[in-house]
Amino acid sequence: MAKRSAPEVNAGSMADIAFLLLIFFLVTTDIATDSGLNRKLPPMIEDVVDPPKIKERNIFQINVNRANQIFLKADGEERLIGLKDLRAAAVKFLDNGGGTGVDACKRCQGAKNSNSSDNFDKAIISLSNDRLTKYKTYIAVQNEIIAAYNELRDREFRRDFPNLKMSYVEANERYLDPQTPPKEREDLKEKLETIKLLIPQKFSEAETKSN
Amino acid sequence: MSKFKKKKEGGLPPISTASLPDIVFMLLFFFMVATVIKEDNLLIENKLPSADQIEKLDKKNPVSYIYIGKPSANYVDKFGSEARIQLNDKYAGVEDIAPFIAAERAALREELLPKLTVALKVDSEANMGIVSDVKQELRKVNALKINYTTRKGDAVAGAEN
Repeated sequence: MAKRSAPEVNAGSMADIAFLLLIFFLVTTDIATDSGLNRKLPPMIEDVVDPPKIKERNIFQINVNRANQIFLKADGEERLIGLKDLRAAAVKFLDNGGGTGVDACKRCQGAKNSNSSDNFDKAIISLSNDRLTKYKTYIAVQNEIIAAYNELRDREFRRDFPNLKMSYVEANERYLDPQTPPKEREDLKEKLETIKLLIPQKFSEAETKSN
Repeated sequence: MSKFKKKKEGGLPPISTASLPDIVFMLLFFFMVATVIKEDNLLIENKLPSADQIEKLDKKNPVSYIYIGKPSANYVDKFGSEARIQLNDKYAGVEDIAPFIAAERAALREELLPKLTVALKVDSEANMGIVSDVKQELRKVNALKINYTTRKGDAVAGAEN
């Protein structure tokens, strides 16, 4: 008797099975959003100690009102500012370097305006907002502040470590990437810390106003 | 006489669907790789704002999620359209934050406790009032590492529309 060939398996329902699985995964999963703006909240302090004296020229005061307009009080003047100009204004303020003597800022490349910040370490950005401010405006303002710091940190990082050919942000990403070899991470950590120390993020948030 | 005549030969040949399963499997694998299983079932609208200075959340460290937004369409009748907090699959009030963080901490190994990050997934239309209240509560329980979860995009353009 001739060898009988094995009967062919009907694969017509394969597509249905695959569709079923596909739809199951579409329904039960989410595209991962696991990135965002990292911030640290200030710890609660029970008894009020005397607040340290800060010169007004060292504060970059941002106030967002309930109509999502941004008021800026810095460099000895008060004005309404658009969101897109905020980053440049913050960089200009941080990079001013108006300090003299002990407070002189060797690395600042700004205008050295005596009405603006002394140096990176003294410059403080303060943000207050209304209870009715929209969250997206708040995030945009936070984003611009972080961007201003990153811009300066990038500049100083490239200046200090030109052979790495990376910006501060890229180096930080590489440091956080678990695939980076541990030796390189150690090295990067040290370099990132130096820059963080050089340009600290001094950011203060006032408690939200209720009216 | 038969009503049903046999079709004449020579029409268009049927399109082969033999590769359909392959295509669907390809899609399936794409979704399996690109997505994660939903952590919580959302009861609120949660359209995240965009920002471009974002950092990846370190998944090795524990993360707790707090969702804020206005109740989704099914729940508007019952809960109104004011932004609310959602913790684990339930609506919650500001006073529930402290017990929630305590419960999250209780589930962690001790050495991971200071690394707990609270990710705030807040709808872009929410008001800052409720967000400030949550932040204040988090300060009270000393959960100070927070992350404003955002999508990648232009923040300035995102805030203007």
